[in-house]
Amino acid sequence: MASVTVNEELCKGCGLCVDACPKNIMRLDSAKINQKGYHTAHCAEPENCIACAFCATMCPEVAITVEK
Amino acid sequence: MAVVFEKTELLTDLPMHYCPGCTHGIIHRIVAEALDELGIGKTAVGVAPVGCAVFAYDYFNCDMMEAAHGRAPAVATGIKRVCPDKCVFTYQGDGDLASIGTAEIVHAATRGEKITAIFVNNAIYGMTGGQMAPTTLPGQVTTTSPNGRDVEHCGYPVPMCEMLATLSGSAYIQRVSVHDVKHVKAAKKAIKNAFAAQMENKGFTMIEVLSTCPTNWGLSPLEAVQWLKDNMIPAYPLGVFKGAEA
Ligand SMILES: Cc1ncc(C[n+]2csc(CCOP(=O)(O)OP(=O)(O)O)c2C)c(N)n1
Ligand code: SF4
Ligand code: SF4
Ligand code: SF4
Repeated sequence: MASVTVNEELCKGCGLCVDACPKNIMRLDSAKINQKGYHTAHCAEPENCIACAFCATMCPEVAITVEK
Repeated sequence: MAVVFEKTELLTDLPMHYCPGCTHGIIHRIVAEALDELGIGKTAVGVAPVGCAVFAYDYFNCDMMEAAHGRAPAVATGIKRVCPDKCVFTYQGDGDLASIGTAEIVHAATRGEKITAIFVNNAIYGMTGGQMAPTTLPGQVTTTSPNGRDVEHCGYPVPMCEMLATLSGSAYIQRVSVHDVKHVKAAKKAIKNAFAAQMENKGFTMIEVLSTCPTNWGLSPLEAVQWLKDNMIPAYPLGVFKGAEA
């Protein structure tokens, strides 16, 4: 079990974290929109997260915090 | 819970203005983390360019100076000569460093100035709307080469690392990329090597980072990292061109 927190106001919905995740558990939320108008990312299955921080490594906005 | 990854204190909390998926942000982070991990972040001085990274002075949590277009190596020279104990770096795009600022970078390197240039090569002028840069690939479509760069008419891309590595004053020169996790990690290591070589007074150091410009390449962020991998790396081979890898 790990925790991946996305700062939603910094996220620009680029999808680089989604592509980088080896467990395929990062998703863009098509139902949610932030103040800038982007669909933001979140970790959909924290129970399957291995805390590798690949998502955070690729995030251009440095919007992701990973804890375990 | 223990923190595995969080934003470094060497970056400010200000939201960055870059387009979605632009890898300028990744490069900011690894430069900041490299300074922090070497314990030289608090006293470092950076010089921001003209180009999309013009507001870099707002994003790095160390002293920053803004230079006129292409003149960052000259400004950094002055700062380093007055403060020889500080880590002094420039952050420059390819339009800034390889076009209008060619004289400044070549002469800073040949003088062996003990500074580090972080050279962000995205093969285009991003800020001004996607014009052809000296680094634009043959055949690459830009707003000023709508039929693709014709080398008969516009000449060839400039390989800055290869060129500056021939100068006696350069000490550490490496080209890296940030298109995937593995390469981002290698890029950070390269930047640390360059800063370390600067602090050991070895001479001029430069890390060229291949970067994306999804907006002006007309690609999605994911297509852009793929385009970088497929097209830029064959034209700009990665590797150490000068100095020994630590
Ligand atoms: C003296 C001067 N000439 C031209 C310009 C216009 N200009 C602004 S940014 C830029 C090039 C930016 O390209 P690059 O350095 O590759 O950075 P990027 O925006 O792609 O990150 C140019 C030509 C300027 N601001 N000042
Ligand atoms: S930490 Fe690793 S496994 Fe967890 S969401 Fe991020 S990339 Fe996926
Ligand atoms: S990489 Fe960062 S900005 Fe891009 S979608 Fe993921 S969290 Fe958002
Ligand atoms: S124009 Fe290109 S280089 Fe500039 S912020 Fe947008 S994607 Fe990045």
